[in-house]
Amino acid sequence: MMEANEHSSGQKPLIEIRELTKSFGNNQVLCGFNLQLFPGENVVILGKSGSGKSVLIKCLIRLMEPDSGEITILGKSVIHLDQKTLDQVRTEVGFLFQGSALYDSMTVRENLRFPLRRHPERKRGQEEEELIHQTLRSVGLEDAIDLMPAELSGGMKRRVALARTLILRPKIILYDEPTTGLDPITSNEIIQLILQLQKELGTTSLIITHDMDCARVISNRVIILFDGINYAEGTYDELSRSQDPKVRAFFKDINERLHG
Amino acid sequence: MEKIRYSLLGIFEEVGKLSSFTGRFFGAAFSRPFEWKELIRQCYEIGYKSLFLVLATGFIMGLVLTLQLRPTMIDFGASAYMPDMVSIAFVREIGPVVTALICAGKIGSGIGAELGSMKVTEQIDAMEVSGTNPFKFLVVTRVWACIIMIPLLVIAADAVGMLGSYFIESTRGEVTLALYFNRAFHAMAVGDLVPATIKTFFFGLVIGIVGCYKGYFSSKGTAGVGSAANSAVVISSLLLFLVDFIAVLAADIFYAI
Repeated sequence: MMEANEHSSGQKPLIEIRELTKSFGNNQVLCGFNLQLFPGENVVILGKSGSGKSVLIKCLIRLMEPDSGEITILGKSVIHLDQKTLDQVRTEVGFLFQGSALYDSMTVRENLRFPLRRHPERKRGQEEEELIHQTLRSVGLEDAIDLMPAELSGGMKRRVALARTLILRPKIILYDEPTTGLDPITSNEIIQLILQLQKELGTTSLIITHDMDCARVISNRVIILFDGINYAEGTYDELSRSQDPKVRAFFKDINERLHG
Repeated sequence: MEKIRYSLLGIFEEVGKLSSFTGRFFGAAFSRPFEWKELIRQCYEIGYKSLFLVLATGFIMGLVLTLQLRPTMIDFGASAYMPDMVSIAFVREIGPVVTALICAGKIGSGIGAELGSMKVTEQIDAMEVSGTNPFKFLVVTRVWACIIMIPLLVIAADAVGMLGSYFIESTRGEVTLALYFNRAFHAMAVGDLVPATIKTFFFGLVIGIVGCYKGYFSSKGTAGVGSAANSAVVISSLLLFLVDFIAVLAADIFYAI
């Protein structure tokens, strides 16, 4: 099993999680999870369904309150923040929801405008419109600006959700299962889009998934969430060669597929 | 026995949660930032879009009430008192209660289902992470819209109800519109109008709060959305009668002094 790695460049982590625990009744979901996310990294957290991946990412931006532990984002201890400062931190951290979570009652334009309305440096009028167009263009969906979410396909919804996340130019983006529910071709398109936008904007990403193809292409580093802790950690290649039976279980299917 | 104990505990728990939700509403209802644009949109959605239904029901209630009352009033030789009777019945009780029940069905279930599905599809979480307080944006605006619009809908229902009553009267007897409404307004006292209007604000509060509460805390899955809409209607209808009873009792005590 690999130990938590030290960042070669000596940079401070953007996100640091220490000994995070969360339980629902008797069900202990997280029992001392640790993580460090450094600038420019793409870290993938792999875990089975129901292993607490979504709980982890939701605790990170306080959509759920953790039971104990320490979470630091951009140098601020998130757990003790008041609402106003928390909202400021949240503008620096984008969140792409599993089911896209577009607002049904609003058009694509209004969906993109929504996060801007509470932004401290809000642009108005023509400038705001230009920013919306530009962001939609970057995900290749400028034509869909006046459509309602119900008129979009699953892949298009995911793109619009990505645009809505990107419009605030966050330093960090948290992806909750970015490819779930999409066909292989569309998921590959979304993965390529994420990588391309990442290159252009220089964001740091934490991706939660059980999609091994997604993990392979996107990750610089993979963390396996098992039994509520960061069970194993390393690059995709390192982990795929691991002899640990629990780690091997994740890579079994995909190794069989790749190597016959 | 154990079953009864649990269901009683469940009821108390629900009452407690609903009360704290109401407290949270009042805590947020008067503080900045105000979501004016959304409030106006909700007033349109909740008020204007229910107007036709409320008017149609009010008019038919006016027709029916007059048709059924008329023979008895004639037997007592009191047909001249029809406008007095109908106006008081409508303004004090029928208008507010029938309108509120219809709105509980239409608006309450609508709010419950809408917020419920927003919850299930993580739209409420998405709002939260984008720095907008979803409670203020979704709940406060909807409850305010109900508090503002339900009284207006009740007034509209009262007016068309009396018009419906006049319609029957004019086909059966010799009465002009001016005379009918003159008598109707003459019969009404401040003691009829004020408590009846005050209680409609509370009706609005009940419909808005229960709908939002059920939707906001709806459980996961599509079944959760359905049951949120359903129980929003059931609980708010029940609470409406309770509020009505308390309002009538309070008015009775107040005017007896």
